[in-house]
Amino acid sequence: MKHAKRLQSLMLGASLLAAGIPSWAVVDSPGGPAVRQLNFHQPVTKIAEEIYSLHTLMLVICLVIFVAVFGVMFYSIIKHRKSVGFKPATFHESTAVEIAWTVVPFLIVIGMALPATKTVVAMKDTSNADLTIKVTGMQWKWGYDYLKGEGEGISFLSALSTPHEQVVDPTKTKNDNYLIEVDNPVVVPVNKKVRLVLTANDVIHAWMIPAFGVKQDAIPGFVRDTWFKAEKIGVYRGQCAELCGKDHAFMPIVVNVVSDEDYKKWTEGKKKEMAAKADDPNKVWTIDESKQRGEKVYAANCVACHQANGKGVPGAFAALDGSAMVTGPKAAQINMVLNGKGGMPPWKGVLSDTDIAAVITYTRNSWSNKAQENIVQPAEVLAARK
Amino acid sequence: MSSQHASAPYYFVPGPSKWPVLAGVSLLVTMVGASAWVNGIGWAPAVNVIGILALIVVLYKWFGDAIAESEGGLYSSRIDVSYRWSMSWFIFSEVMFFAAFFGALFYARAITMPWLADFDHKVLWPDFAAQWGNTPAGTVDPFVKMGPFWVPTINTALLLTSGVTLTISHHAIRAGQRGKTALFLFATILLGAIFMGFQVYEYMHAYSELNLKLTSGIYGSTFYMLTGFHGFHVTMGAVMLAVVLYRVLKGHFTAEQHFAFEGAAWYWHFVDVVWLGLYVVVYWL
Amino acid sequence: MSTTAVDHAHDHSHDHAHDHPHGWQRWLFATNHKDIGTLYLWFSFVMLMAGGVLALGIRAELFQPGLQLVKPEFFNQLTTMHGLIMVFGAIMPAFVGFANWMVPLQIGASDMAFARMNNFSFWLLPPAALLLAGSFLVPGGATAAGWTLYAPLSTQMGIGMDMGIFAMHIMGASSIMGSINIIVTILNMRAPGMTLMKMPMFCWTWLITAYLLIAVMPVLAGAITMTLTDRHFGTSFFNAAGGGDPVMYQHIFWFFGHPEVYIMILPAFGIVSQIIPAFARKQLFGYASMVYATASIAILSFIVWAHHMFTTGMPVTAQLFFMYATMLISVPTGVKVFNWIATMWKGSMTFETPMLFAVGFIFVFTIGGFTGLILAVTPIDIQMQDTYYVVAHFHYVLVAGSLFALFAGYYYWGPKWTGFMYNETRGKIHFWGSLITFNITFFPMHFLGLAGMPRRYADYPAQFTDFNMIASIGAFGFGLMQVYFLFAVVLPSIKGGKKAGDKPWDGAEGLEWTVPSPAPFHTFEVPPTVK
Ligand code: HEA
Ligand code: HEA
Ligand code: CUA
Ligand SMILES: [Cu+2]
Repeated sequence: MKHAKRLQSLMLGASLLAAGIPSWAVVDSPGGPAVRQLNFHQPVTKIAEEIYSLHTLMLVICLVIFVAVFGVMFYSIIKHRKSVGFKPATFHESTAVEIAWTVVPFLIVIGMALPATKTVVAMKDTSNADLTIKVTGMQWKWGYDYLKGEGEGISFLSALSTPHEQVVDPTKTKNDNYLIEVDNPVVVPVNKKVRLVLTANDVIHAWMIPAFGVKQDAIPGFVRDTWFKAEKIGVYRGQCAELCGKDHAFMPIVVNVVSDEDYKKWTEGKKKEMAAKADDPNKVWTIDESKQRGEKVYAANCVACHQANGKGVPGAFAALDGSAMVTGPKAAQINMVLNGKGGMPPWKGVLSDTDIAAVITYTRNSWSNKAQENIVQPAEVLAARK
Repeated sequence: MSSQHASAPYYFVPGPSKWPVLAGVSLLVTMVGASAWVNGIGWAPAVNVIGILALIVVLYKWFGDAIAESEGGLYSSRIDVSYRWSMSWFIFSEVMFFAAFFGALFYARAITMPWLADFDHKVLWPDFAAQWGNTPAGTVDPFVKMGPFWVPTINTALLLTSGVTLTISHHAIRAGQRGKTALFLFATILLGAIFMGFQVYEYMHAYSELNLKLTSGIYGSTFYMLTGFHGFHVTMGAVMLAVVLYRVLKGHFTAEQHFAFEGAAWYWHFVDVVWLGLYVVVYWL
Repeated sequence: MSTTAVDHAHDHSHDHAHDHPHGWQRWLFATNHKDIGTLYLWFSFVMLMAGGVLALGIRAELFQPGLQLVKPEFFNQLTTMHGLIMVFGAIMPAFVGFANWMVPLQIGASDMAFARMNNFSFWLLPPAALLLAGSFLVPGGATAAGWTLYAPLSTQMGIGMDMGIFAMHIMGASSIMGSINIIVTILNMRAPGMTLMKMPMFCWTWLITAYLLIAVMPVLAGAITMTLTDRHFGTSFFNAAGGGDPVMYQHIFWFFGHPEVYIMILPAFGIVSQIIPAFARKQLFGYASMVYATASIAILSFIVWAHHMFTTGMPVTAQLFFMYATMLISVPTGVKVFNWIATMWKGSMTFETPMLFAVGFIFVFTIGGFTGLILAVTPIDIQMQDTYYVVAHFHYVLVAGSLFALFAGYYYWGPKWTGFMYNETRGKIHFWGSLITFNITFFPMHFLGLAGMPRRYADYPAQFTDFNMIASIGAFGFGLMQVYFLFAVVLPSIKGGKKAGDKPWDGAEGLEWTVPSPAPFHTFEVPPTVK
């Protein structure tokens, strides 16, 4: 059955391929890639600029060597062929020549490495940052926590905002920023040194913004840092650059570089928004309230692996429907959600007590599950954290 | 009995043989069983064991052929040299296999541990102190580390002694003293067996009293992987020596030609040296 | 290489009917290096087809933005299995096939040192291939963690991952046994008079490659064994919570992985070094420096691995060290390129298909080498790592490098294997068709990478559409050229065609050309003497 379906979609796809021409007009994405872009993005940081010119330098040197070397080869191919009656020479070594073409490339390589060294050192210098943001990669979205500097305390998740139909339904017109747009962009002030502290929740991801010349792996259980100082106001786009599973292609990054005033406004707005959303961890929830909330949390965080029907993916992601842990004593499940195990990431750094409590309640009362201990309160999660 | 160099072909090339392809099939069965077994599928252990048994039978037959050829005088001295080269490079590849695990131990201790405990990582692991055996998350049950006394030290002595007995046996075979050869070879195997016995005892002690398990964080992981693979190699070495002993008793080998003996001996000394490395970096440091 | 004149002409009038088996047993129970070589070559060609079909699946999905054909999780399986099958199934066994056929013939040995073990090395490969192919059918599908199998993504996979791990264990064992066999054969079975420094370059490159293999395959085995225990037995090698480190996996993997890429190119260098002198009718320039350069590449390959890990966040000193060491590899590789061109210089060249592929190799491989050098510059790599620029780089060195050299070798030695000449026109069509479609496929990927398109992506922003379309069209064209190769070149030249002489290339040198074509079942049972 599954195969029949696959075949069907294969044939559908093949006919679409035959149709060939995309049914939408693509335009350049400012801050993202341009149509038929041939080179790096227009740099907006010092580092990106240095990288850009390093690359140009390397390319030119390599091209020159290439043309020289293959000029000789093609000259020889044309002149020294049997069909034009060329008789073979007999020489087959020359120590002087061989030493020369060992030493000269060696010197060229040193010449290339020197300017690069300077940039490497500069890229590594994350000291004296104006703003520090913690970036957490997770399957498949990014979490941001403003740790230090103006806006300290702001924290949000940022996920792809391109509607799913545009991905799977070829008749739908695709946005100009198809796959490089998010619901909550990172906002940073212009001309300020921003230090990023990166980690991950489950597997390795990589945070990159080509226009900044930044790419840094986010490694679960470890902290890595990098920095940038954007010199131009605008929106800059990048994507996750380390294979992280199914939706690796669907966790873009958008950075909004704004003026100081706009940044101030944004932080104030964001803080109010957060205060409005904050939950009282001591509130006692009813089952229905908790289930409702949990359904949303599930849809946003869990569905990708455990699936909407709670059946998981056999062999890869555990089923929750009918699972002994979900229907058994709740303490084990709370611990699992907080700390993770194997493929299951720890959620304690990502979700609030209220959300964790809600989502557990939801799983305990959904599909065929009718757990004995059918509700978890935020306070219990809080207690389990210690 | 002895190989007659004069009549041996310049380089003997065996005729068609069914053992290699059968060994390949056995290995396929073994690995299908193993893949399923680690995923807890019911039929898997049986398939895995069938594969391994089949492999053992095939190898037994295969080596039987090779021994018969050797005893039949088909192996010229050039083939002897081939065996020497191949055994040396095989041991080298084993060295590299162990290097991967020693490398992991080194990396985890010298690079990962201080890293996890540095200032930046306080965000993630506020309580982690860079002390070998500690784990960052509180998910590992407390355990006691394994020191060098007394079992590992006794084991070191055992293995070193076994190296000596093996060398005595080697001198004996070169002097054509078959009885002495067999006796000291037997002693070597016996010492290896006692070593393994202690090793099993140590594991039981670790699991039941020290609560030191394979799951005890990176300490347990490296401890059991290194000592476990070493123990496996001791077992393999002992099996090789046992085969050689059997052949000595059957009257194979001459004072001049006994590469099977020497190859097994090299392997045994290699296992010995690996142990010394383990003894220092796993138990002492 | 100095002349390898033979003073003891081989006498092939013996009747070997007694051990010249026929039918299926000939292949299953083979102990003859030529038969086993043939098995290796067919196996690797089948794997090239299989890996190629997976690649076409990738290219078809990437023809347009949006998900048309496959789900993203299946796409990742395609990418992973394409990489694994091409590297371990197609390229490496193909070179071992060449070694089996040619090393004994070139050094004047009667067979490989361990004929039965040789067959075992081969018959380990089909089981491994079955495990890999079978893993597509199990719950959760094949492993989708990339051919590098990075932890901890590899812990999330299903049983397909375990089958992949065991398959790689088996292939590793096969490679180690194969390498030991080659080393021993070369060190111990050279004909009298053939000193190491008189040995044909192909044997030299394989000798060095074999050392690389026995040094690094066990390390890969160690790495994936740790993955296995992390997955199923609760160890914490690659898990920070237990004090392990995912980056440690990468270090161990690339300690294997970087030498691995030279394992796939050094024998190619060897083949090209045989062909260029033959068609330039002039001795290889700088034989000794070729040997030293090959050895230097091999030695350097052990100290550059972390250039695959610049974005993991290493200390600055480590980044600099690995950048310098990596860039240094260009020097010996350059020596090889220059020597080849100096060999061509003032030769008397003709351009039959082997020569075309060899010259094509030098030209296109060097492009791939230069992009490698550009990637070696840490800041640039940080911009380009895990983008299509890397994909372009390694297909330039692997497809136009390793694969083209294999084609060159096939056209060069094929007449010796089958006894028939291939059809020259068709060979030329194969060459030009492959060269052009190859570049259509992979050249645009440089632009995609520079513009920031990440690799291992099932779907991409619409701005990247045009170059992806071109690449996909090129890929199908390149695939068709290989189908053409099979049906128009290989199969006909097995069945018949113009008879090949003992030495079909007038400029060729070496012992392999002193035996008849096709090479008889047994050769050099009494070693020739080389002056
Ligand atoms: C046959 C395989 C092969 C070969 C030969 C090479 C050769 C080289 N490779 Fe490549 N490489 C791969 C296969 C190969 N590579 C693969 C498969 C990957 C990706 C793995 C993965 O992630 O999946 C990769 C990835 C890769 C990376 C990591 C990219 C990333 O992921 O970010 C880097 C970075 O340094 C690199 C560098 C080099 C260099 C410097 C060489 C050098 O050896 C090239 C040397 C050659 C020349 C430079 C040209 C000839 C020289 C001259 C004409 C002399 C004159 C020149 C000068 C003095 C400048 N390679
Ligand atoms: C070792 C050698 C090797 C070879 C020869 C190839 C050959 C090809 N590769 Fe390879 N590739 C790798 C090694 C190799 N690759 C590796 C190591 C990776 C990285 C994997 C990873 O990221 O983990 C990779 C990744 C990779 C990607 C990136 C995938 C991604 O990031 O998601 C792409 C995309 O285009 C690609 C394309 C191709 C194509 C079109 C060919 C073509 O040259 C193939 C041509 C051959 C055929 C097509 C087969 C013959 C034809 C038939 C059987 C008949 C059917 C044909 C038609 C009807 C036309 N490869
Ligand atoms: Cu996250 Cu790729
Ligand atoms: Cu490399």
